[in-house]
This record gives sequence, C-alpha cells and structure tokens, in this order.
Amino acid sequence: MSLLEIENLTVEFQTAQGQFRAVDGVSLSVDQGELMAIVGESGSGKSVSMLALMGLLPWTATITADRLEFDGIDLVRQSARDRRKVIGKDMAMIFQEPMTSLNPCFTVGFQITEALKTHLGGSRATRRARAVELLNLVGLPEPERRLNAFPHQLSGGMNQRVMIAIAIACRPKLLIADEPTTALDVTIQAQILDLLLELREKEGMALILITHDMGVVAETAERVSVQYAGQKVEEQTVRDLFRDPHHPYTSALLSALPERAQGKKLPTLPGVVPGLFDRPEGCLFAPRCAHAFDLCHKRQADQAGAEDGFALCHTPLRKGVPASLEGQVRS
Amino acid sequence: MIKLLFRRVGLMIPTFIGATLLSFLFIRMLPGDPVLLMAGERGMSEERYQRLLHEFGFDRPYWQQYIEYLWGVLQGDLGESFRTKVPVLQEFLTLFPATVELSLCAMLLATVLGIPAGVIAAIRRGRALDHGTMGAALVGYSMPIFWWALMLIIVVSGQWGLTPVSGRISLLYYFEPVTGFMLIDSLLSGQEGAFGSAVQHLILPTIVLGTIPLAVVARQTRSAMLEVLGEDYVRTARAKGLSPFRVVGIHALRNALIPVTTTIGLQIGVLFGGAILTETIFAWPGIGKWMIESVSARDYSVVQGGLLLIAVIVMVVNLMVDLMYGLINPKIRY
Amino acid sequence: MTDTTAVSKATASTNSQAPVGPLREFWAYFSENKGAVAGLIFFMVLVVVALLADFIAPHDPIEQYRDHFLVPPVWVDGGSWDFLLGTDAVGRDILSRLMFGARYSLFIGCIVVSGAAVVGIAIGLFAGYLGGWVDTVAMRVMDILLSYPPLLLALVFVAILGPGLENAIVAIAVIQLPHYVRLTRASVMSERSRDYVTSARVAGAGTLRLVTVTILPNCLAPIIVQAALSFSTAILDAAALGFLGMGAQPPLPEWGTMLAEAREFILRAWWVVTFPGVAILVTVLAINLMGDGLRDALDPKLKRS
Repeated sequence: MSLLEIENLTVEFQTAQGQFRAVDGVSLSVDQGELMAIVGESGSGKSVSMLALMGLLPWTATITADRLEFDGIDLVRQSARDRRKVIGKDMAMIFQEPMTSLNPCFTVGFQITEALKTHLGGSRATRRARAVELLNLVGLPEPERRLNAFPHQLSGGMNQRVMIAIAIACRPKLLIADEPTTALDVTIQAQILDLLLELREKEGMALILITHDMGVVAETAERVSVQYAGQKVEEQTVRDLFRDPHHPYTSALLSALPERAQGKKLPTLPGVVPGLFDRPEGCLFAPRCAHAFDLCHKRQADQAGAEDGFALCHTPLRKGVPASLEGQVRS
Repeated sequence: MIKLLFRRVGLMIPTFIGATLLSFLFIRMLPGDPVLLMAGERGMSEERYQRLLHEFGFDRPYWQQYIEYLWGVLQGDLGESFRTKVPVLQEFLTLFPATVELSLCAMLLATVLGIPAGVIAAIRRGRALDHGTMGAALVGYSMPIFWWALMLIIVVSGQWGLTPVSGRISLLYYFEPVTGFMLIDSLLSGQEGAFGSAVQHLILPTIVLGTIPLAVVARQTRSAMLEVLGEDYVRTARAKGLSPFRVVGIHALRNALIPVTTTIGLQIGVLFGGAILTETIFAWPGIGKWMIESVSARDYSVVQGGLLLIAVIVMVVNLMVDLMYGLINPKIRY
Repeated sequence: MTDTTAVSKATASTNSQAPVGPLREFWAYFSENKGAVAGLIFFMVLVVVALLADFIAPHDPIEQYRDHFLVPPVWVDGGSWDFLLGTDAVGRDILSRLMFGARYSLFIGCIVVSGAAVVGIAIGLFAGYLGGWVDTVAMRVMDILLSYPPLLLALVFVAILGPGLENAIVAIAVIQLPHYVRLTRASVMSERSRDYVTSARVAGAGTLRLVTVTILPNCLAPIIVQAALSFSTAILDAAALGFLGMGAQPPLPEWGTMLAEAREFILRAWWVVTFPGVAILVTVLAINLMGDGLRDALDPKLKRS
C-alpha cells in the first residue's frame, strides 16, 4: 500500500503584488520504506510542497489538492488537532539550517524529550534514557553530557544530528529531509547523508530527500522527481533518469554536472526560473529550452506516460532526441 | 559572567564621571552669580559673600573645584537644600521610597496587562483583537499623562467618589515610617483600614503612571513575538506536532521575553526619575515632585544633587538590566 | 537548433504583472493601514486649520470677554453658539485658542525634529563611519544624556535657559538628539562593511561622499520612522513643559499652557481642561498612526512578497 499519496497539489501565496503560485499541480506517491528524491533549483516549489503536506505554511498560503493522503488518513479533511497527532510522530521533517532550527533557549535534552512526551508519554526516566539512545543512534559522542547543552554550544553538524534525533524519536513512517546538508561542510555532508540512509535501513522508514544536488541523488535515491517552477516535470527511477532523461530540463541539469562535462566549458542553462512577473504562457520551461518550438510557447504540455518518465513535455526526449509530435518529422 | 559584570561596571565609570561633570557645570551655567544662587539669599553683606565664596569653593580654579566636588559626592555630601536646610542626600533617601513604590506598582500593572495583550495581538495578527489592543496601546501612548490624570480625577474621584485625590494615605492615619513603603508600613502598623487606605491612594496614580509603560510593553511584546514566530525553531516546534499553546506560550514567548524584559527594566529606570507629572498632580511625595518644586523655587543645590542621584539610579538600573539580560539569554550565559 | 535566447524575448506573458515602482509600492502598503491614512488626513486638516486660523477661527485667541467667564460648551445648559467649546476663566474662546494653538504644536514639532535630526544624523554618520575615539566620545556623551529621564533633563535645561517657548524647543531638541545619533550610527555601522560601500570606496569615493550619498539613503527608513515618533514626543513634551509653567508662557494659546491655567477649574468647569487635552491626544495619535504606517510600509522584513 502506498504510504503517501499526493495528487494535484497546488499552493498559492498571497502577496502585495498578487497571487503567487509556488506549487502547480504536483503529484507524488511514496511507498513504505521507499527513498524518493525531489530535485530542483531554488524556486521550484520542492520545499513548499512538503511544508504544505506538514501543515507548516503561513496563513497567506492557500493549499488545494485532489488527494492528500498519508497512511490512509485524509489530510485535507483532517482537523488541525488530529493532524498534530500525526506530525512529529508518524511523519517528521528536518530542515536546512540546523543552527537556527533549534530553540536557543532550551537544552538539547529538553527539545528531544519534548517530542517524546507529546506523542509517547512515559516517565521522565524513560524519556531521558530514550534521548540518550537517540543521540547514540545519530552518532553524537558523549550523549549524556550533550543533553544539557544548548544549541549554540554545538556545531552545525551536531545540531543537524540533534534535529534528526528529534525527528526519529517516535519512529516515524516517513521522514522528509529538506536539503539537510546544504548548510554544512562538505565532509559533514557525507556523514549526515550516510546517517540518514543508515537510519532508514534500521527503522524501515520512507525517506523523501529534497535537494538541488544531483550528485547526492545519484548516490542515495531509488526514485527521483524533478520539479521546475512549481511543476513536476519528470519522475523516474534514478538509474533510468541518469541513463535517459526524458524532460529537457532534466537533461540540461545532468549535462551541467561536472562529472559529465565533455570539453572545456561547462554547459549552463541560459535564463532564470520564472518568478511572479514573468510567468510565460504555455510551457514554463520553454524560454530556456533548447528544443522548444511554436506549440511549447502557446500551450502547456500534458504529462507523458510512464515510459517517458511522466515528463511534462510535448515532445519528451528519448535518448537525447525529442519524440515526434503527431507523427510529423521535426528538424 | 563575573567578567561581564566587571566590564559593565567599568563602562559605567566614565558615564558617572560625565554625569558628575554635568551636575558640576550646571550651577556654573545658570545665569547669575553662583554664590548667590547656592546660598539662595539675596542682598548679603560683602563679608558674608566672601565667606560663602570661599566656603563653596568658587574662588578656586575650576579643576580644583571639580575635584573637591567629586570628592564630596563620593563621600555622600551633595550639599544642602536651602529651603529645608536638610542635606540633599538625606532628603532624597526619605522621598525615594515613595517613588519606588509607585513605579513598581505601575510596572507591575504594565507587565501583567501588557505582555498578554502583546501576545494575543501577535497571534491574532491583522484581526480585530490585534487592531483593538494595539489601537488602545497607541491611544495610551499618545495621551498627555497630566491630562489623563486630571480626567481620571474628574470622573473617578469627582463624579464616582471612588478614590482620593492626593497623597499616599488618608490623613486619619499616622505612623512612623519603617521601610518607607506605605503598603508595607500600613500593614506593619496594625491600624485597621490603614492598608486599604494606602491601596486606595495608589490606584489612580498607578493607572496614570503605568499607562505609557503598559502601551510600550504591549507593543514591544507584539513585535518581539511576531519576529520570533517567524523563526526557524518555531517551525521546528510546530513540526514536532506541539499544540499551539505550547508553541506560542513556551517556545516563542521564552525567546520574545528576552528583549521585552529588557524594555521593562529600562522603563523602570525612566519611571524612577520621570514620575514628575504624576507626582505633581497627585501630590505624591516622591523625588519627581521634589525636583520640580526645587526647580521652581530655585533651590539649586537640590537640583544639582538630585540630577546626579537620579542619573546614578538610572545607571544602576540599566546595569542590572544588562546583567539580567546576560542571565536570561542562554547565548550569553553559557 | 533553435536559438533559445532570442525566443525568450518574444514570449508573451499571461499570468505576469509588471512590478510596481517603489513609490507606488510604498503607498500600497501604507494605504492598507486604514489608521495610518486616517492619521494622515487628520494631520493635513490640522495643518490647514493652523495655516488658516486667522480666517476660520471665530474669535481672537487672546481677547477676553469680561461678561462671559467660564461659559460651558454649546451643548450644555448655559452654553452659547458664540463660543462653541465654551470659554476659559478670563473669557477667552476655547475653540479659537485651540485653532491657534495648533500652530504652536506644529511649529514645535517641525523645529525640534529638523534640529535634532540634522545634528543627530551628522554626529551619527561620522561617529559610525569613522569609529575610533570620535565614536567613543560621541557615544559616551549620548549615553550620559540618555541616563537622565527626558522630561527632567528638559526641565533642567529650561531652568538654565529660562522659561519660554523657544528655550523649551531647544531643550526638547537636545534630549531627542541621542535617538538620532544612535539610530544613524547603528545603521552606518551595519552598512559600512557591506560590499556596495567597499566598491564605492574602491571606485574612489571620498569619506564625505561615501557617507552622505552612498550610505545615508540606506539608513533612512528607521530615521523616518523615528522622525514621526519625535514629532509626537516633541508635542507631548512641550505640552508637559507648558503645563509645568516652563514652556510657552500665558497668554500664548499653546495647548499645554492652556491646561496649566485650567487646573484649578477641573471640578467646576470640566471643558476648560478636557478640550486642550483632547486636542493634544488626537494630534499625537494621528502622528503616531502615521508613524506606525510608515514603519510597516518601510520595513522590508514585514513585506509580504
């Protein structure tokens, strides 16, 4: 059974300049214990869709979806109070900036045991023991001493481990990691990623990894979903994606990887992600697409089939060549 | 922490010197002959004039005068009030408790009402409760407090007859002051109704003096809360599935209170020396009233000494606020 | 392969809007705040009244009508349409005095704010930018000024200078000074290490130009908000000094002075006490509303997009 089902999720923000559509009809499905990566540039809406799922968006956001189900529970119709029983317990999230994501006024031990107390109860002693156990699990040395430490006394990497400890405290079925290593040193990045993978194995939980780093995706994920400007433009298994990307954006992303460079200059994508003021008519990627033609600028594509990686493209790429449109040969 | 204390006290010293300088220069900046001003007399004999000139030290070079003045200050000698012939320091110490009592009650009112108001306004941002409380705070902030006092007297004392118009306690009661705080002394005296009378006399002045701090605390709490509510760790707290009460009341408030308690502390300092208008209208025998009367009566020893003492009090309060800030902000304490 | 860069220019936009200019954006935020707009309107009305007082006031503010001492407002028994808000103890029309009093309040606010701001900003800019002993001395002096309760300090200055409106203005301007100095200095210190300042300096800008042309415009937002706050504080402080007999002297129709004269009549003739205070309250309220609106509209962190 599918653990997480998102169908046609749309998130709009109310700004002084008008409504801004941060997430546009995204669909996603994650099974028990699966490892899914969501990739995209800044502004692709990857974080926002997950925040919407957790109910962590500000009041200026309007969330609509055909279906938003977690573990059989309908999140759309659920009351806030019921949702709070799920969040932090069965579905948890860790964030990008570990140094500011922990409350500076409370000790690490307090913040961990708080999560335990809210969802699991138990005595102070059991909670404390579990906190020590968790800190051991996340690889923090001298856990008993650390319980009384304040976040500012720890390094970024250690804080992120604490965050992970808090998130897995109640053995969640799904852990969403929003760019967990972006703010950390390169050496620590690898450690944290390994930790996440190890925990996933041990606890059997599903992991959604949000990242903009294709290298991380290659090393960790099973399936990948690529987002651009709030829309999902492709979804495949990792191997297939790297072998044969079907959406021009994915292809461009991959060719920009240093490891794939041929020749002296690194190919880059011209242009920028559309913001509030320059949303194009038709396909959102068309202004930057090497394969765009007339139809692309007029009408948004429908989602292609599974064999084409659900690409949002009129003419998905097959082995680097755009497919033919209605049988017509293209130059 | 001890290092912090020493550093702060160290910073205080130049400010203290500056304050003594200002007080010292004050007399010399006034129009008129300083000897006559200090003596408060007019038309004295030449002989007396010379004697006073020497006694006050005006015949010596400025820097020497200043050293003598500073030396006197450090020993507690701030001169003598020419009206009452009582040493300035002594008079100050007699009157100061009244101001402290009033100020503390006013700040208590401001805190107990202001913080909840600010929190509610922050979490109901943009809605009726927010506009309502902040609107009320704005009005409180914009009122001339002497007028507010007069209005309250007209209505509450005049028309409704609920509170007295002036003084700290009804004239029916007399007892020797023990602490100088009427609320405590009236209880200690054991006289029936004394405490009630003391409380009654405190009501209007507390409301008047506390109005502006209340408005300031409410606004400050609201803006601190709004800032904190946007922080990452509040998002983490919500992501843990904590109830809104806990997120706001514990995670957010604890952080927001850091700047707010600083504001409260600083406001106390302002109130200690600035209750002039309230004390004048309610004939409250504190140092504010003492100062204005001395300025009007040209009792310059008092003005000079009082200025310095008030500056020192404010400096000490600010120092305590700084230290307290170091205690409640874990980033500094640990 | 098609040339994509040329294509992006030709693309038409549907769901896009042109970004609004800064002045219009400011007005959009400011006008959202109904209170701020109401404050602005009231303030403009007040300015008009003050300017046209000679023409629209029913009476001369210092003329005493011997037969009409302490006449109540028109809606109370004994009131008269000649004196809409009643008369004071020596028979002067309160409404006219209030209208002329607006002049004093606005005048005080303008002079105090301009004086304190100009001097304060100058000191703050140089202290903040140059640092070192200039900074230390300036901040020590400001700290000393700030360690006195403001009204007390103003009182003492007035005691030195002598009672009167002009001296009150100087005294109040001096006690406002530290706020501008600190604000400017803080802004300058946080801006001076920014890249755009470094690049201007590298391009050859001298200290004076750097400070006034490059840095100052970026510090203006909090200063503007402070100016609004100063304006209202100045009016309140001037009224307080007037009330204590140290500010504008009678028979000037300054609102605070009017309250000082009225104090003995609070139980007999409430209108003599009420109306000047209401005038002060509403004026200060309007300015504070505008100040709040300004702050919300200018603070980038509070912007929604």
